[in-house]
Amino acid sequence: MPEIPRKKIGLIACSGEELAEGTVTRRAVRRVLETLRPDDTVTLCLPLFLAGGEGERAFARHYPTIAVDGCAKQCAALATEKYSARPAAAIVVREIADETKQTAIGTARKLNEAGLRLSEAVAERIAAEADLLLKKKSRER
Amino acid sequence: MIRKVPVVPCSGIGKSLGAAAREAAFVLSEDLRPGDAKVVALGLLVLGDEDARREVAGGAAVAIDGCKLECAAKGLENAGAAEIRKVAVFDVVRKHRGLKPEGVCDLNQDGLALARAAAEEAARIVDEIVAEESRA
Repeated sequence: MPEIPRKKIGLIACSGEELAEGTVTRRAVRRVLETLRPDDTVTLCLPLFLAGGEGERAFARHYPTIAVDGCAKQCAALATEKYSARPAAAIVVREIADETKQTAIGTARKLNEAGLRLSEAVAERIAAEADLLLKKKSRER
Repeated sequence: MIRKVPVVPCSGIGKSLGAAAREAAFVLSEDLRPGDAKVVALGLLVLGDEDARREVAGGAAVAIDGCKLECAAKGLENAGAAEIRKVAVFDVVRKHRGLKPEGVCDLNQDGLALARAAAEEAARIVDEIVAEESRA
């Protein structure tokens, strides 16, 4: 169960095992958590919303979250809203892949160089969204 | 035509055992039993995606979970799988005490070995399911 600290953003990756973009969500979220914004973010486990993770549900009800999805089905964003509360921001990897023209990114099991670059671009996008949300949250106080 | 057995790994993003569960599903479906097993994304089951539910509903399926919360098994149960056969990576690691899995996005060699061991366990289960469904 995640701790509930002050001023943290919850990151929810879809992790989609059928698509390379799902792997990108995992890598990007871990990159933000471990390196880019370690003091400002936590990760929430998407399947725990269904499996009874009350900590996950409570966090997403009371703190801003960013859903990071691989494809337009947006499992992370929609499931977060279904079980807890609407995410404050939603990022779709495939949209960023189209913008950055990185479409051949490897497989779900192993990303290629383009997939790793895309992960970095997605991580930067998540970090930027987190910064915006934290500023917004500070202004609300 | 005999269907491919659906295999659902946990999507754990915080610990190496979850990552090993995910990797095990890929080893199983791509290396060990590509003709008999198919990975179904857990996130789709959590959301209630109709196509994913159809893949698993009414038949036997394999859950590969990283921890005792068993999200993959619960996802399959929620989606209507008739029978859920479980591979618990946290039990597999106990059988291979020398392994020290580390990493999430990039498992170390021990993590990959653990995933292989879990996949081999899952392959035996897939073989049983295929044999049973062939007889039916």
